[in-house]
Amino acid sequence: MRVRVEVSLKPGVLDPAAETIHRSLAHLGFEDVRAVTQTRVFDLDIDRARGEDALAEARAMAEKLLANPVIETWRVELVE
Amino acid sequence: MRAAVVTFPGSNGDRDLARAFELATGRPCARVWHGERELPLADVVGLPGGFSYGDYLRCGAIAARSPIMAAVRGFAEAGGRVLGICNGFQALVKSGWLPGPPEDSQRATLTRNLSNRFECRWVWLEPNPHSPCVFTRGLTARITCPVAHGEGRFVPRDETVLASLLERQQIALTYTTQDGSAPDYPANPNGSTADIAGICNESGNVFGLMPHPEDHIVPEQHPRRTRGERGNLGLALFERGISYAAQV
Repeated sequence: MRVRVEVSLKPGVLDPAAETIHRSLAHLGFEDVRAVTQTRVFDLDIDRARGEDALAEARAMAEKLLANPVIETWRVELVE
Repeated sequence: MRAAVVTFPGSNGDRDLARAFELATGRPCARVWHGERELPLADVVGLPGGFSYGDYLRCGAIAARSPIMAAVRGFAEAGGRVLGICNGFQALVKSGWLPGPPEDSQRATLTRNLSNRFECRWVWLEPNPHSPCVFTRGLTARITCPVAHGEGRFVPRDETVLASLLERQQIALTYTTQDGSAPDYPANPNGSTADIAGICNESGNVFGLMPHPEDHIVPEQHPRRTRGERGNLGLALFERGISYAAQV
């Protein structure tokens, strides 16, 4: 089963990298960008037959390793 | 007194850290590979600076889950002294031991510098005389030493965590300036909340800091030595940690 985990900073947490990218876009002429946020995507190919099991495994992985619980939030979904 | 220093894949400050412990203890420092499951007999364990696991995912996140860390945890729970420098501090924070307690998952993090740059410069550190930290107890003089990190900004999970750190005197070192004025950037090189440079756990036996005191253990390492500047060595932290251990 293929599961996608998306990890991003919690709203309100400053992301200097995203701010830098925002400024660079403006320098390139893309001046109508209101905001930039970054999301990391992990595509997991998990050896489970049932979707719910794979999602449960992926949630545990997100909590234990993939996301930093202090400043990051995450979501999981099955991928076709 | 004996020390042991752990090496993770990508650690690069392990030899310098071992040298600092050797200077403080007068004994050889044991070197431990991260894949080992047991620590040698030691009174203090050091987690060094570097780029463990290439800083993949998050700095120190994978090191925090390395095989040796279970033994380090047992050592710390039994009252052993643990010193985490830079990447080592990141590993201790990502494993939940700093500020602790580890059962409460992760109460703070070390994230990308506010300047969005890798900061490589010398800083000044003020010790907290009220902290139970065994590495800073009785230390009154400031320390100067380098920082070299991209993810050093200390961010507590929320205001209650910060209040608790202040109340329990767990903030053992803060960034300052040579004359004691407010540490704006670059005196605080990463934008850490409350200018936090290093914290200890509640009982003070586990200590982590982003700066590198092991890079200022002899006066010849002072960047302005040719202009006659000496003193404020980082060696003081190692001597404190060892001398406290000897008293117990």
